[in-house]
Amino acid sequence: MKEDKITILGIESSCDETAAAVVENGRTVLSNVISSQIDIHTIYGGVVPEIASRLHLENVNGVIRLALKEAGKTFDDIDAIAVTKGPGLVGALLIGVSAAKALAFALHKPIVGVNHIRGHVAANYISHPELKPPFVCLIVSGGHTHLTIVRDYRDLMIVGKSVDDAAGECYDKVARAVGLGYPGGPKVDKASKGGDPEAIVFPKGEVRDRPYDFTFSGLKSAVLNYINKANMTGEQICVPDLCASFQQTVVDSLVSRTMDCAKAYGIKNVALAGGVSANSALRAAFQKACEENGFGCFYPEPIYCTDNAAMIAAAGYHDYLAGDVSDMTLNADPSLKL
Amino acid sequence: MKILAVESSGTPASVAFWEDGKIKAEFTITDKLTHSVTLMPLIESMTKICGIDLTALDAVAVSAGPGSFTGLRIGVATVKGLTLALNKPAVKVSSLMGLSRNIFAPGCFVCPLMDARRGQVYAALFRNGKQLLSDSALSVEDYLDIVEEKAGKTGRCIFLGDGAPVHRERIEERLGKRAVFAAPGSSLQKASSIAVLAAEELAAGNTVSSDDLVPDYLRIPLAEQMEKAGTLEDAGSRSLKKIARGDKKHA
Repeated sequence: MKEDKITILGIESSCDETAAAVVENGRTVLSNVISSQIDIHTIYGGVVPEIASRLHLENVNGVIRLALKEAGKTFDDIDAIAVTKGPGLVGALLIGVSAAKALAFALHKPIVGVNHIRGHVAANYISHPELKPPFVCLIVSGGHTHLTIVRDYRDLMIVGKSVDDAAGECYDKVARAVGLGYPGGPKVDKASKGGDPEAIVFPKGEVRDRPYDFTFSGLKSAVLNYINKANMTGEQICVPDLCASFQQTVVDSLVSRTMDCAKAYGIKNVALAGGVSANSALRAAFQKACEENGFGCFYPEPIYCTDNAAMIAAAGYHDYLAGDVSDMTLNADPSLKL
Repeated sequence: MKILAVESSGTPASVAFWEDGKIKAEFTITDKLTHSVTLMPLIESMTKICGIDLTALDAVAVSAGPGSFTGLRIGVATVKGLTLALNKPAVKVSSLMGLSRNIFAPGCFVCPLMDARRGQVYAALFRNGKQLLSDSALSVEDYLDIVEEKAGKTGRCIFLGDGAPVHRERIEERLGKRAVFAAPGSSLQKASSIAVLAAEELAAGNTVSSDDLVPDYLRIPLAEQMEKAGTLEDAGSRSLKKIARGDKKHA
């Protein structure tokens, strides 16, 4: 019975969510517990690393206990522990890594250090049991914009990336500029409902000779200039139109490159991953473009788009199978590369 | 009774094993290495070499602060993980009280101080095992005022901790011959001292559950200080907010 099921306890603490989950065979989520700190950080207009680290430490035991309880499992049932080792806030990552190493040592279980961004990709395996590599995956989050080809579960090729700001970062800055506050992604998405996406034409950034790379700094400047100009001339800004037009520009740039990549490499399945993949405009445009091109379209359910530990367990499962486990020197790496 | 003790509040990473009144082992690294890389391998090798059965422990002790915030959190997160897995209680010990136990100095004033940045030290004052100044974050001058007042004209004061060499000149200026400095081998944090104090706490029934274990930082985060003082929302406080959040450019 035990042989055909691998049960992994995942732990995630890279930013402002303390999370633990129990996942079987990298696909079946038995529990997915997330303790969000977002209400506290909103006071400061962004994540305060010191506060985040303190809260992770207070919450880490609670989320692990609850994840086991909801899964109906005990530590004895766990085959391995997977923990986010980076990228993220170093002080925050260290809580998960330190607690996970101590747990693994005391329980005599293997420990797997997982790349958070690869975790986001693996979230698709949870939401789509039929999805298998190869597929094109667009990873969009607060800190990352990467166009990749997932050749195998542990073999990911980067085809393009943002040469300046990440898409999520751009959302945060625009949200701040129009007074929507933090977090920018969901706020801009909501504000753009009912707005006219064609109202304002913003420049679509292109990177010369690099067809799959992204650039958002020009777009960001254009939006900020537009706001400054309107403020100076006393012109009223229509926030829904501004947000919708900005969002349309970002989405177009993301979707068109993803489709171009899939066509060029002859890959039939396309997936979204990362926090920004919860964005409704991006999902809609992505779905439509996939239908037009006859591609299979995949994105995780919203709960697996946000930072969570189920995706960490899902990614860690493949590392565990490959024997890629860590020892007690496992460390947090805040700038871990994809 | 068996206790595993962890100390990572300052530069040293130190672990110790205490059994029935004896320090059976102490593994320490005092080089400036990352605690997240050294602490667990120290526990792993001490456990292996000494044949320690973790399931037979009565408690796991930790130096809970004050000290480096990150250092404290690595120690506390490690002890939370161990006690959660082993279903054992934790014992909290003050890092400053731990330092004071590095030396045996009857009749002397024992003055542990650690560098706390922002022009302050974490410090306390002990004599014959009695704490005369509770764990505090204060300026060296304020601290030496208190030490002078308590020690009077003749009391001998032994300074130790990483703040002692940093402020040695000023300490000698103020206290003259009354001030002496602990030998290098006993001047830094040691898990054996935490273990000895933890044994006393455990005997008195002073344990903490794994879930409730948190460090004693002595300070609230800078952002929270600013928020409470109302400086976060002041006009033109964009850069203050960035500092409070620890944005890269301003960090």
